[in-house]
Amino acid sequence: MTEIPLDYATLKILWWGLVGALLIGFAVTDGYDLGAASLLPFVAKTDKERRLVINSVGPTWEGHQVWLITGGGALFAAWPFVYAVSFSGFYLAMFVVLAALILRPVGFKYRSKRQSAAWRSGWDWALFVGGFVPALIFGVALGNVLQGVPFNLDSTLRASYDGGLFGLLNPFALLCGLASVAMLVMHGAAYLVAKLERGPVLDRAAGFGTWAGIGVLIFYAAAGVWLMVSGMGYRIVSEIDPQAVANPLRKEVVVETGAWLANYGKYPWMILAPVLGFAGTVLAILGLRKKAGWTIVASGLAAAGIIASIGASMFPFILPSTVNPNASLTVWDSASSQTTLFIMLIVTVIFLPIILIYTSWVFKVLWGRLGTEEANSAGAY
Amino acid sequence: MPDLLVADLSRWQFALTAMYHFLFVPLTLGLSMILVVMEGAYVMTGKEVWRRTTKFWMNLFGINFVLGVATGITMEFQFGTNWSYYSHYVGDVFGAPLAIEGLMAFFLEATLVGLMFFGWDKLSRPAHWMVTFFVALGSNLSALWILIANGWMQNPVGSEFNPDTMRMEVTNFMEVLFNPVAQAKFVHTVSAGYVTAAVFVLGVSAWYVLKNRHLGLAKRSMAVAASFGLLSSLSVVVLGDESGYTLTDNQKMKLAALEAMWHTEEAPAPLTLIGIPDREARETHLEVQVPWVLGLIATRSLDGEVEGILPLVAIAEDRIENGVKAYDAVARLNADPDDAEARTIFEATKRDLGYGMLLLRYTDTPSTADEETIAKAAWDTVPHVAMSFYSFRLMAGLGFLFIGVFALAFYFISLRRNVPKLFLRLAVLIIPLPWIAAELGWILAETGRQPWIIDGVLPTFLGVSSLSASQVITTMVGFTLIYGTLAVVEVSLMIKAISAGPGARLFPAGGGGSDTDELSPAAAAAPSIKFDV
Repeated sequence: MTEIPLDYATLKILWWGLVGALLIGFAVTDGYDLGAASLLPFVAKTDKERRLVINSVGPTWEGHQVWLITGGGALFAAWPFVYAVSFSGFYLAMFVVLAALILRPVGFKYRSKRQSAAWRSGWDWALFVGGFVPALIFGVALGNVLQGVPFNLDSTLRASYDGGLFGLLNPFALLCGLASVAMLVMHGAAYLVAKLERGPVLDRAAGFGTWAGIGVLIFYAAAGVWLMVSGMGYRIVSEIDPQAVANPLRKEVVVETGAWLANYGKYPWMILAPVLGFAGTVLAILGLRKKAGWTIVASGLAAAGIIASIGASMFPFILPSTVNPNASLTVWDSASSQTTLFIMLIVTVIFLPIILIYTSWVFKVLWGRLGTEEANSAGAY
Repeated sequence: MPDLLVADLSRWQFALTAMYHFLFVPLTLGLSMILVVMEGAYVMTGKEVWRRTTKFWMNLFGINFVLGVATGITMEFQFGTNWSYYSHYVGDVFGAPLAIEGLMAFFLEATLVGLMFFGWDKLSRPAHWMVTFFVALGSNLSALWILIANGWMQNPVGSEFNPDTMRMEVTNFMEVLFNPVAQAKFVHTVSAGYVTAAVFVLGVSAWYVLKNRHLGLAKRSMAVAASFGLLSSLSVVVLGDESGYTLTDNQKMKLAALEAMWHTEEAPAPLTLIGIPDREARETHLEVQVPWVLGLIATRSLDGEVEGILPLVAIAEDRIENGVKAYDAVARLNADPDDAEARTIFEATKRDLGYGMLLLRYTDTPSTADEETIAKAAWDTVPHVAMSFYSFRLMAGLGFLFIGVFALAFYFISLRRNVPKLFLRLAVLIIPLPWIAAELGWILAETGRQPWIIDGVLPTFLGVSSLSASQVITTMVGFTLIYGTLAVVEVSLMIKAISAGPGARLFPAGGGGSDTDELSPAAAAAPSIKFDV
């Protein structure tokens, strides 16, 4: 590799934005699939209604799931430390997520392959688990990330971890889990309101979605207040060289009350993220009450704002450590090498627009509201 | 030092989840291509029977595809969950192809696969065909990027250890991309997938012919499978040979182990056809050898040498001694990055750092290791010889069998147009064999690489996460239960779909044509293949 035209610090920041964009892409696209699956047993009562909900996301959920898979790959490539420490640290929680995510494709594809009512109801619950459990655990995981997780790094940078599955289930994390479920259920309901023909399923979705939206406002605000008063937050106190090679052990970090809110004073534009989170949710609630198709845009913006607000609050931290704050992973010391970040940037700049083009084309082909009859035709799931 | 029990359990878990995942991948790779061929026939001829044929196989493709996707997610996350130190150590190099796979291939495949199933009535014929083509292209490109990642584990080119970050970093990405091991593995693996699908299509169609059902679909499918299978079974062996040739330069120990060749033979080396490798005695009993052949295959010459296991162990001993110096230099650089003397030593010995780390199995301080420990660690570089030896022979034998089957199929179907009943039965019986061959191929590739997780760079036991054995056992039991259940469900749905045949229930009403496609005018006009039943 000859001269790399972007300096290391710039690449690190760009990748912070790109990983965030991939997470937001996942929440905005697959998020409504997860939400719709969580709503499945409640908004759809008969077999025909359930196939209506399932087939509303049937042709597209598989592509959406790739946001998660590519997000995982990007984490591995751009922030190998974060990938290694978080995935092994959340070991059993990760297993539960994987088990739920395995059920989802199979549930979609296999449910209607047999007529038996027991078979179909079994897969309906599998789809519910496949939607609800990841929504809950992703929120719980983010709640833990905000508090810091108990890991340490030895001199060879091997990570060790003292905490199990139940350590993750603390009150703040559970609050974040609820916020996440409410957000995705609201988003899923907004999608059903936009995609389905008028009828009982759409009415029920609008009803559940409204309550979920109110839940988002309450849980998201409560989490914000909790952050403010609880003393959550970490700050780097040593000199930091943004161009330095990735070694998380070469800095000093303190736990500091309110540090997670300090960025909004330092970079006032970051306030846009939580504002978008609240405003999008309020708009989505209004839209759901009117059963308007544009609600999906509002709930998507809400999801983007809420996720961006977590990233903005924590910057430059990515994964703080409670047992050894100095070992915390940050944007400056957890990234891949300059070469890898640059190559991956080029690949992303080329392929992300292509992905957006063919995804839009697929949506264009499938444009239009889905009715019970079409959703129950032989070509559907 | 990491827990060796956790390392072993994690290896079992990886083997379990990877081998399960690879039950679905080969059929996806090959069947997606066959769908492109069949739908192409539909688009070109406009004959309804080709549309029904394509949709029938597409239904089976779908049942198989979802499990490939579902189990693939586990694979991607497992590096982080169970192989955390590995992920840190090589993420800079290994993560990139994985991420590119997502961006370049999997997005394409997964975004369009929904439209492939749901878009029959929403798209024009050529547009739908294009969608099917992109699904196939996406699947095959996925395999390319995954095998570039895996190939780097076998032959870690284009990268270097950085003592400041304690990990491998990319020095030349082009070398990672055009790694000869990765390229050879890609073409070999993909053509093995094509063979799998061709055997599957041939066997299922033969079963229909034996039952005298859906003959219009069956004979067309057999014709496609016979020609596709003949080409791919020939390439899988030719390209497998290429794969073996790359071992000569890059993985000498794996080559020696799969030949159970203990001593370096005089050039050109003989090929051992059969034998019983004995690791304790360090020799192979009851060998039957063919002179010259191994030398020709492995070095493409009469005077090139193929090194044996014992001389390679002696080389490993030297490299371990050198690696200890590198290991100590890294520790000094960790304490003081400005230690110039340590950096000089590191630069001179860094190629052998991984070998020094082999000693960590026996001691926390490699520099204190005695001669005997070093000899033991050097002997650890020998993989399980018997497993490599037998799995290679069985895999290669099956490869030649497929060539024979498809040559016959091609002869009967395309030239003589008269297929004997015995052959049809054989075609049904061999359906499971390509899966066995593919799994054996992976066993050879991955156990043949041991004790390395990255050949010569990082020993496998060091790659694991800091977990307890009970945690790993919990997830292993969980995966076994889920995967076991899904395997039963999948096979039962496949059998149900095959015995139902291309029935009306699978297709939207009003698609034209009757269920009994063998009686339709289109079928009657098809090439007249006779079946000797």
